[in-house]
Amino acid sequence: MERVAVIGVGQTKYETDKRETFHELVWEVANKALNDAGITVREIDNVVTISSDFWDGRTISTMAVSDTSGGYDKDITTVEGDGTFGVLYGMMRILSGSFGTTMVVAHHKGSESNMAGITNTSFDPLVERKLGLDAITSSALQARRYMTVSGGTEEQFALVSVKNHGNAMRNPFAQLPMDITVEDVMASEMLASPLKKLDCSPVSDGAAAVVLAAERSAKKMTTNKKRVWLNGVGHCTDAYRLGDRDLADTRALKKAAKKAYDMAGVTLDDIDVAEVYDAFSYMEPLWLEGLGFCEDGQGPEQIERGNFTLDSELPVNPSGGRLSANPVQVAGLAGVIECVLQCRGEAGRRQVRGAEVALAHGINGMCGQSHCVWILGK
Amino acid sequence: MADWKSEVEEVVFPGKICVPYSWTVGSTLSRWYVQLRDDGEIWANRCPSCGTVYVPPKIKCIKCYKDMNDWVKLPGTGTIETFTVVNKERPGLDPKKPPFVYAVIKMDGADTGMVHLIGGVEPEKVKVGMRVAPVLEKERDGHITDIKHFKPIA
Repeated sequence: MERVAVIGVGQTKYETDKRETFHELVWEVANKALNDAGITVREIDNVVTISSDFWDGRTISTMAVSDTSGGYDKDITTVEGDGTFGVLYGMMRILSGSFGTTMVVAHHKGSESNMAGITNTSFDPLVERKLGLDAITSSALQARRYMTVSGGTEEQFALVSVKNHGNAMRNPFAQLPMDITVEDVMASEMLASPLKKLDCSPVSDGAAAVVLAAERSAKKMTTNKKRVWLNGVGHCTDAYRLGDRDLADTRALKKAAKKAYDMAGVTLDDIDVAEVYDAFSYMEPLWLEGLGFCEDGQGPEQIERGNFTLDSELPVNPSGGRLSANPVQVAGLAGVIECVLQCRGEAGRRQVRGAEVALAHGINGMCGQSHCVWILGK
Repeated sequence: MADWKSEVEEVVFPGKICVPYSWTVGSTLSRWYVQLRDDGEIWANRCPSCGTVYVPPKIKCIKCYKDMNDWVKLPGTGTIETFTVVNKERPGLDPKKPPFVYAVIKMDGADTGMVHLIGGVEPEKVKVGMRVAPVLEKERDGHITDIKHFKPIA
């Protein structure tokens, strides 16, 4: 199978209450990604946009960014899901043989709408929606279930928030760089027990873009320094209804991770750095179990041992993670971009020394119903 | 891009999208809601292949991808598998004034959990493993809220 490379990346600073329109954000990052690759829009064969009609308040939201994304006069299509799944579709379009390059671009303006109201509409209107569940309250159910199964504590989850906000202090794109303590997290406003404000990712605005290229095109267009290969990918979906799953069971992620590792031909020891989808503090240890870096139920304890800090064997979320900026759907693409920067050695003050193999992880659906795992490498 | 606001007036349009829907409930869930509304009973359906019992009922078994025509009446009681006390108000969304409790209830006689409200108890007294039973509304209209909440039982 032909290989596909990321040859250019671009992202906005993630903030709340950005005053640019989402078209302007897409314009900014598409240009950054093209400049980074050293190519022009004429060399882009097709565009995959990542957006949600509900968040944008506009149906067929891809069409609204067709011009600023570089999609005019080309084929343009959309993924309504996390950015990691957008990269998957972008790669598939290249592997189909129809396209040599794909622009994958995601945008999100959480501050323009209402997080609770929109995430409530992801629930079945025939069953749970009327109860008023949303992202935070359903994740709170998952957090408590995980505590019950693993014996993990709120203080152990708080350490994830401390670590990732601290990492964000080294990332100029992050929204919430913060020097905080476990006590600060524990004392923050209780939203839905056991989740407190600092256990939750913020409402964010921002955009991100990557340019993908088939091996045949990538080697013609770019220098070796810019190319980072998409060596492995896996994805898997669990049951829709919360009650049809055990919320502490990471079976879908385990399957996705195995597929990605097998495709890339790597083992856990080969992975130098990981961007894991920490929309909530408890998710980082839970997903680290699913990815295989911790035994089931051992995630919280390993967090407490400091196993995933910037100076550890496996730094997790050096960017500051979703806890430090969570433009929904853009967020997984930001994780992919962080992995590209790490593999290139361009991650500035948060650079993991000698990083050659990086893992990016994204989720779709409430409480991580669906997972996408990427292995990137030089 | 940050400095432009000092030079030009910032314009923001407030907006709202209101679109009515009529969602068809379908044969499986319609049957379930009619049984709840008219008889005050909670039923489930069972996969003929693997035997998994689902509540609320499903059209297809998620594991076997089989039709689910085998119905069983549940006692209604169950055990709290996980819960959250909602403290922060979410205007327009909260089914009652916070603090209130959501839970996943593992239903007796079924293999799945039901998400619902816990009531009739101080939120701080709710525990994982607590046994609960449904409290039904007197006037029922065939919706999930025909179950007012689940309350602890001895």
